[in-house]
This record gives sequence, C-alpha cells and structure tokens, in this order.
Amino acid sequence: MKISVYRYNPDTDQKPRMQDYEVRPFQGMMLRDALLEIKKQDESFAFRHSCGEGVCGSDGVNANGKNCLACVTPITELSQPIVVRPFPGRPVIRDLVVDMTQFYEHYRAVKPYLVRTDPLPEQEILQSPEDRDKLDGLYECILCGCCSTACPSFWWNPEKFHGPAALLQAWRFLADTRDQATEERLDALEGPYKLFRCHTIMNCVEVCPKGLNPTRAIGLIKDLMLEKGF
Amino acid sequence: MSIPSRHFDALIIGAGGAGLNAALQLASADVRVAVVSKVFPTRSHTVAAQGGVNAALANVLPDNWHWHMFDTVKGSDYLGDQDAIEFMCREAIPTVYELEHAGVPFSRLDNGKIYQRAFGGQSQDFGGDQAARTCAAADRTGHAILHTLYQQNIRARTHFFDEFFALDLVRDKDGVISGALVLEIETGEPLLIEAKATLLATGGCGQVFRTTSNAHINTGDGCAMALRAGIPLMDMEFYQFHPTGIAGKGMLITEGVRGEGGFLVNKDGERFMERYAPRAKDLASRDVVSRSIVTEVKEGRGAGENGDYILLKLDHLGAEVIDKRLPGIRESSRIFAGADPIREPIPVFPTAHYAMGGIPTDRFGRVVVPVGSGSEQVVAGLYAAGECACASVHGANRLGGNSLLDILVFGRLAGKDIIDFVRENPYQRSVDPASLDEAMSRLTRWDQKGGGVPAHQLRADFRKCMEDHAGVFRTEEVMAEGYQRLCELRDQFKDARLTDHSKVFNTARIEALELQNLIDVGLSIAVSALHRKESRGAHSRPDYPNRDDVHWMKHSLYYREADRMDYKPVRTKPLTVESFPPKERVY
Ligand SMILES: Cc1cc2nc3c(=O)[nH]c(=O)nc-3n(C[C@H](O)[C@H](O)[C@H](O)COP(=O)(O)OP(=O)(O)OC[C@H]3O[C@@H](n4cnc5c(N)ncnc54)[C@H](O)[C@@H]3O)c2cc1C
Ligand code: SF4
Ligand code: SF4
Ligand code: FES
Repeated sequence: MKISVYRYNPDTDQKPRMQDYEVRPFQGMMLRDALLEIKKQDESFAFRHSCGEGVCGSDGVNANGKNCLACVTPITELSQPIVVRPFPGRPVIRDLVVDMTQFYEHYRAVKPYLVRTDPLPEQEILQSPEDRDKLDGLYECILCGCCSTACPSFWWNPEKFHGPAALLQAWRFLADTRDQATEERLDALEGPYKLFRCHTIMNCVEVCPKGLNPTRAIGLIKDLMLEKGF
Repeated sequence: MSIPSRHFDALIIGAGGAGLNAALQLASADVRVAVVSKVFPTRSHTVAAQGGVNAALANVLPDNWHWHMFDTVKGSDYLGDQDAIEFMCREAIPTVYELEHAGVPFSRLDNGKIYQRAFGGQSQDFGGDQAARTCAAADRTGHAILHTLYQQNIRARTHFFDEFFALDLVRDKDGVISGALVLEIETGEPLLIEAKATLLATGGCGQVFRTTSNAHINTGDGCAMALRAGIPLMDMEFYQFHPTGIAGKGMLITEGVRGEGGFLVNKDGERFMERYAPRAKDLASRDVVSRSIVTEVKEGRGAGENGDYILLKLDHLGAEVIDKRLPGIRESSRIFAGADPIREPIPVFPTAHYAMGGIPTDRFGRVVVPVGSGSEQVVAGLYAAGECACASVHGANRLGGNSLLDILVFGRLAGKDIIDFVRENPYQRSVDPASLDEAMSRLTRWDQKGGGVPAHQLRADFRKCMEDHAGVFRTEEVMAEGYQRLCELRDQFKDARLTDHSKVFNTARIEALELQNLIDVGLSIAVSALHRKESRGAHSRPDYPNRDDVHWMKHSLYYREADRMDYKPVRTKPLTVESFPPKERVY
C-alpha cells in the first residue's frame, strides 16, 4: 500500500515536498499505525501522537483532503493512494507537526473555566441529571483542532475569529447551570468577529472525531444573546 | 556553551492530574510556578482514565472513609502504609467536592448529587456487601478532571512550558536538587529551569511492556531521573495488569463495565469468575481477575480462533445504560475490536496498566530516602506525586478508582507543602556546572554519528523482553533468564545511535531519550521482582505461591548502582484508628 506524506524539515529543506512510502497493511490498521510504520522506515519523519485511542487529541492530520485523528481512522476508510498532509492554514514546524499556538490562544480567550460567585457549599453544588445532560456533546472536546483548522472563517480571520473549538467551549460554560458569568461571557463575544464570523459552513461538524457539533453551539450562543437583549 | 536559564519558586515536571493539581495550589497562592510537560497539558495520560475516582460520599449506598480505608489496605495485600491510606481516604471527600466546585461535569443522580458506581474491591462495613464509591463523569472521568484542572490553571495564570522535555535534575555544590535541564522540543534547544523546589509528576511507565493501556509518552521519565539522582525506587515489582484490555491491542475497557453489571465468560459461555471469587465474582480485585483470565486461557478455555482471549459481556445492560454510562467504551470497542457491545461481547485479555511502586514519598509528597537503620530522611526541595510516586497507598495491588484519587490528593498536598517550603527557603541555590554538564551529556550523546544499534530497534526488543519475562506469572527461571537478557540490552544502549541529528521537533531524539528511561525503570521492575520470593498482590510467583508475612511484609527499594536491593518496614500504624492486621485475602 502506498502512502504519500508531506515532508518538511526547516533544518535541511528549502521547501516542502511529498514523499512516498510503501507500507504493509494489516487487519484493523489505523492511519496512525501506518505513520508509525513509516517512522520505523525513516526516523526523520515527525508527527505528534500519544494515546492511540482518540482521547488525547494529539494526532490530527489531513488525510485525502479531510482533517481526522490518525489513531481512529481505519486505513480501509481512505481511498488509495493515501495522501497525508499537516492541518491546513497552520504554520508547519516540521512534516505533519503544525504550530497550534493561535488555536490555544482562542481557547484561553473564552475563559474556559467555571466561574462561581456565590459562596461554595460544603458538599457538591447540586445539578439535576437533565441540567447535566446539557453538557453532553460539549465537555467531551479533546482540543484536537480538526474543526478549527477546517473552518474557512478561521483560515481567513485567524486572529479575530475564535473558531469552532473555542466557541464550543464558550457554550459549554454558558450551558452549565453552575456557572455564574453568563453576562460577562456574552459581553466578551460581542462584535463582528469573535463569534459572528461563523457562516454556518458546517465543515467543523463534518470532521469532529468526537461527533460534536460546534455549529449548533454557535447558534445557541447567538440565540442566547438575542434573548438577553445583546 | 552557555545555556539560557529561567527562575521560578517551584518547578513541576508533568501536567497530568498530579502536576496540575499541585500547580493550582501554588499559582492560587501567588507562588511563581512553572509546569513543564512534554505534551500539551490536556494530552497527558490522565485524560484516558475512564471509570472514576473513589470517595466515600455515600451518595448511592451507605459508606464512610473508614470502610474505604479497610478496602484499600486489604486490596494492597497489606503492603500499603496505613497512615498514608487513612489520610488519602479521609482527604478523598473534600478533594472530590473541590473538583466539583472547580467545574468537573460529574454525572448526576436524581437528587442532584454526584453519581457513584460500584468498582472492584469495594465493600460496606469492612468486607460486607458491595459498595458504590466511584464518582464518575460517564466513562470519561479522567478527561473531565484533566481538562477542568487545566482550565483552572489558566484562570490562576500558571506558567506553562508546553512541549518541553525534562532531561535530568540538576544540583548545587552541596548536592541539593535545584531545578532541571529541559529541552524545547520545537527548537531542539536546551533550557535550564532553576527552582527552589521541584516536583516530579511524570506519570506511569507502561511503555516498558509491549502490550499496555498506557500512552506512547508513559515512559517513566521521572522515575529514571530519580534513579540517576541516586534515589531508590520503591515496590517496583508490583506492576498491575488490568484484566480487561482489548485483546491483542491493549486499550483499556474500564472496570466500570463490570461495575455496571457486565461479566466475563470463557469459550463455553461459563461465568468463570464464580469459581475463582465466589463472593465478589467479576468485581474481585484486579490481580485476582487477571490471574483467573490467564489461567482460563492457559487451560484451554479461551475464546476466539487461537483461544487466546476471554469475552466481556454487557449486551444484557441494554442500549440505554450503555449509551448513558459507557459511551466511550462502546466507541472504543467498535473502533478497535470491531464489536458493538450492545450486541456482542468484547474480546479482552490483561494489559500492562499501572505502577504501584515509584519514587518513595511521605504523605506530603516529600521524597524520602533511608538513612542508616530503619530511619528515613526527607530530600530537601524534591517532591514527587502521582503515578511516578509511591506514598505507598496501593501496596501490592491498587484498587480501581484509587489512582485518580492518589494523584489528586497527593498532588494537592505536595503543592501545599511546597508553598511552605519556598517561604522558609526563599533563596535560589546556584546550579553546579558539573551537574549541568552531566545532564547535557544525556542529550549530546545522541549527536554521535556512525553505525550502531538503531534506537527504535532497541526500544522494541526491550519492551518485548519485559513482557515475556516480567508479566502476570513469574517464576525464578523465567525471570532470571529475563534479567540476563535485559542486562545485555542495557549494555547495547551505549552503541545505540540515531541517524537523524536535526534539531527542530526531532521526535526520534525524544524517543531515544525516553529509551534510556525505559531501560532504567524496566530493570528496577525486573530486579525487584526477581528478589521477592513470595506471591503478594500483583506479584505472582508460581514457585512461591503464598504470601509470606514473616519474611516479606516489607517494602523493596531498588538502587540503580549495581542493581542493589534494600528493604524498609511497612507502616502499619494509621493516624487515628486501629491498624488492620494482615489476613488472608479472599473475595
Ligand atoms: C486507560 C487508563 C484508564 C484509567 N482509568 C482510571 C480510573 O478510572 N480511575 C483511576 O483512579 N485511575 C485510572 N487510571 C490510572 C490513572 O489514570 C493514572 O495513574 C493517572 O492519571 C496518572 O496521573 P499522573 O498525573 O501521575 O500522570 P499523567 O497524567 O500520565 O501525566 C504525566 C505528565 O508528565 C509529563 N512528562 C512525563 N515525562 C516528562 C518529561 N521527561 N519531560 C516533561 N514532561 C514529562 C507528561 O507530559 C504529562 O504531562 C487509568 C489509567 C489508564 C492508562
Ligand atoms: S460552521 Fe462556523 S465554525 Fe463551523 S466550519 Fe463553518 S464557519 Fe467555521
Ligand atoms: S470540537 Fe471536535 S474537532 Fe473540534 S477540537 Fe473539539 S474534539 Fe476536536
Ligand atoms: S493519539 Fe491520542 S488522539 Fe490519536
């Protein structure tokens, strides 16, 4: 089986190139297994990975034009020859490794932490199962970046538009009945860019390896803004 | 060559649950704290913990910390230190509430309290009926906790050094630890981080075995750094094999599956755990279940074409329970085993999972070493917490749900103790250049060119050898042969070479640096195991099938120099309650 991967090492290469490798497939092989096989043949090939089971969010890549997590993408789902590139729109550090600094900055910018102003109870803050259900589909985000780096609005306004991953987390805290900073959160999202650059193109939903739906979350933030008279 | 340096009050190596909970205490107290992690913090392996964290909240069934303490002492096969265990079980309750206040999205009961499930080895009333003590966020508890802790550290403005690899600890002229030399992975440049106190929170070392539930990054780096600093590792022979890894792959299927009512069957469809543990059955302690599975397979009752695995059945729970309580398991099983547990059982086999042993500490996370006969001394300014540490709460076998608890409780306590330490020791010690040179040589050694053993080949050989010779059942013969072979591989290390000498994001170099750590830690496991001539908890020797409290109720200490062993007594006296005397362990 032939795999063509993007190669670029700033220490040695003037410009990026594609390099082909021959990999022997096996039953149940994931794309990460194939990349590991390439690394065995050529130790200079670099990519991030760790857990191997789709929970750490390290190994987002672009395979045959679509962002995915290599460790949970069976090679049988990819048509050959498989072409693997780094995430689009991000500066490449080396081979498949991209610089995700800006992605993390947007995440931090939405203040992704629970804010409580009331005095804390001695035991847990109570929350009904129905209220807790509202966090399903939100808290599971693994910050892999597949969504934001597939979002055209994020490519065009990477400084100003928060992107789907960060906005999903903004909604995760707005949706949490325990959080007490709704007004501040909405205030911070006002203006033409941070939130409103989303044109519901839905690329984010299509690629999320966890089956999450940032577009829906963005819509819900917009609804809440209307409701609160922003 | 001059190496740039940064200064902090406290340096934390590791951004898993232990490191981040310590950092949160420090940053919230306005102590200048740096957290170094070789991966972005939320990629740390705490993210993979599924089932939950134990605390006697009594939200579902009656419970109290004293019962939790009894179960933990018994689960440890009486090798755990009872003062540390009492402390952890008491602290569990406020620790979980604090996490909830910080935002962890725990699953909920109808009355709005935190959902708790049954896990193995849990009982009410000192060995009575099954308890439900494991607080869960569906089957993604580790993810929920790790992300929440990272988020709260963002709020507290902790300094993060993401994708920096710690090479080694450095010392001042008097030999006092005064920080660490780290490598920025992106640029390949070294950086000296000087600090008044250093906390090792580098997590597990499952990668010493070939088949493991642990991530690629779990290479025991902190343990190896401690060994190289002359500190012994404690109880390393006690390595837990989790009963239910996906067969042939090693990914974990949480004990929570059995806690929710799933059970194991052999090829004849027999619920074989009823034979091995008539009372607790599938929720017997992990060491017991793992051995039972291996025995079933060895005796020809394994399922599948080659009869080399066992089946975990949960379809009878129904789609609704599975989707609500075990959604991540369903996903993993479909992807990696090709089995949808709503309809078919999951093929499972034990997988290398958790190090009970580690860097010896007291219950404040301070590293302690023996001095003379029986007494111990604190290593000034050096702390350890999390899976790399051994406060000795797990003894010979850890209970499910007690590790997240351990990392959170002792991470928090280490953080608090460091606050006091840096206030009492306000001046930075200057690093001894010789110590820095030594740390640098670990890195520059890989610049050597020419033929030799490829580093990745050596890594693979070593892991295979560990799996074959230090696994679930250990005999003198198998282990002695294994030790010899491991020593040969250790000797080959000096001839290990890289072909890629570039600087920017050189992952081959990082893996080679990890290889050295794997070798040191792997040998600590193999040597400690070879010496312990009894069966206790996870350490199971067919040639010495019984526990021997007269000769072996003591902690092992392994030193890297000459593979030397030493021992120290178990602390059987709790803080306030009566001690639990050793009894035969039946489930
Ligand atoms: C699949 C799985 C499921 C589990 N489920 C449960 C459960 O349900 N309940 C339970 O109680 N326990 C569970 N455990 C055990 C528990 O999750 C771990 O023991 C625990 O999370 C370890 O946390 P830690 O903070 O010590 O280390 P980790 O979370 O592993 O973090 C280690 C950190 O150290 C850093 N690091 C390591 N080496 C270096 C270096 N050289 N330089 C810089 N940084 C370095 C890493 O980057 C990382 O940030 C599970 C374990 C596994 C593998
Ligand atoms: S729906 Fe919005 S956030 Fe998602 S890809 Fe489209 S523009 Fe981006
Ligand atoms: S929303 Fe999905 S794709 Fe986006 S970062 Fe989170 S897990 Fe990844
Ligand atoms: S390696 Fe962790 S998500 Fe793929």
